[in-house]
Amino acid sequence: MSLLELHQVSKTYGTGPNEVHAVAEIELDVDRGSLIAIMGPSGSGKSTLLTIAGSLEEPTSGEVFIDGDSLQKMSHNDKARLRRRTVGYVFQEFNLLAGLTAVENVSLPLELDGIGARKARSAGMAVLEELGLADRATRYPDELSGGERQRVAIARAVIGGRHLLLADEPSGALDQANGEAVMRLLLSACKKGVAAVVVTHDAQLASWADRVVFLRDGRIVDQTVPPPSAESLLQTEPQP
Amino acid sequence: MSVKHALLGLLSEQPKYGHQLRQEFEEKTGDIWPLNVGQVYTTLQRLERDGLVESDEADSEGPQKRFRITAAGERELAEWLMTPIDLTVPPRDELVIKVLVGLDIPGVDVRRVLQIHRRYIVELMQQWTRLKDDEGQYDFRLALVVDAELFRLDSVIRWLDAVDGRLKRAATEPRAASADIPILRRRLVVRK
Repeated sequence: MSLLELHQVSKTYGTGPNEVHAVAEIELDVDRGSLIAIMGPSGSGKSTLLTIAGSLEEPTSGEVFIDGDSLQKMSHNDKARLRRRTVGYVFQEFNLLAGLTAVENVSLPLELDGIGARKARSAGMAVLEELGLADRATRYPDELSGGERQRVAIARAVIGGRHLLLADEPSGALDQANGEAVMRLLLSACKKGVAAVVVTHDAQLASWADRVVFLRDGRIVDQTVPPPSAESLLQTEPQP
Repeated sequence: MSVKHALLGLLSEQPKYGHQLRQEFEEKTGDIWPLNVGQVYTTLQRLERDGLVESDEADSEGPQKRFRITAAGERELAEWLMTPIDLTVPPRDELVIKVLVGLDIPGVDVRRVLQIHRRYIVELMQQWTRLKDDEGQYDFRLALVVDAELFRLDSVIRWLDAVDGRLKRAATEPRAASADIPILRRRLVVRK
């Protein structure tokens, strides 16, 4: 069973002549341990797909399953709990709270879930340490570089053993080295059993994924097949 | 790829044997460009003929020969490094030609042509990225070569996306699209 499953998911805005199909008949499975990239131009429905997968938006038709449970059958409270405990989000603009330090930002989801402040903070420190940010723990977001802010946002997304990571253009405004660092972090989270979906228009970022799904006008038009070993690139014969 | 200048570069460190040059060339280019021994010796012979390198023992054969860069070789190497490579003429890009030809063939879905290439290139990029991912094997020179290849392939993807965007706009604003064509033609004529 895949951690995230979308079956025939469609989302329509407006009615009659103003009807817009944001996404249509999406079929997508994401297993634990795998990183999936959804690639498409602006307006192709990438972000809508991600917000539906993360239960932030309801599809017009079709079904979403997270860990085998249908979102359609969940109450409002069940979904809120799912978002706190299972799903982590990473956005292009990082969305850190300016009035909280790095470690306070990271441990916030645990506190919101009713875990004591001290316990939440030590869990937050542990995640920051893992991501090489221990010395930034007591800094405020405006005292951090763009790359550090995004790493803090990833720490906040994975804390508490959440195992579905949804990232929307996670390295949008970062330079190449920081963008690469973000993808390495997402990949290492996947190696620990997390399932991750990254939406991006950037082929270099998408190429970190195990599978790349191409979205055009709200529909999945194609996807990559698992590539052969990278070693095949190194075994070319000498040119005569 | 200039094997000639790469060999001069290796010889500028110290005199070296032919087999050693081949091995170092492969190491220093991240093992991406294999080179056969014959190619190394042919190039060395030409360099020697042109007075850019000289060998220790003029009469000894093949592997025993040790090569040294000459003053003329040093000048040639410095000039090569500081001269911009020629990018003035656009390369005869088969993909560009394929798309331009496809536009005129009735019944051909050019967007499908674009997607077939997009997927193939992303799959190639996944393989190159995996080389970077394997940190156990991290090699600074290999990383530079991999980056170069990823940027090159990425630029093709961006071009495919741009074509897609233009086709989409052309479908909704046919006049804007036909106005583009004479401008493009004029530029191509200038290039000739």
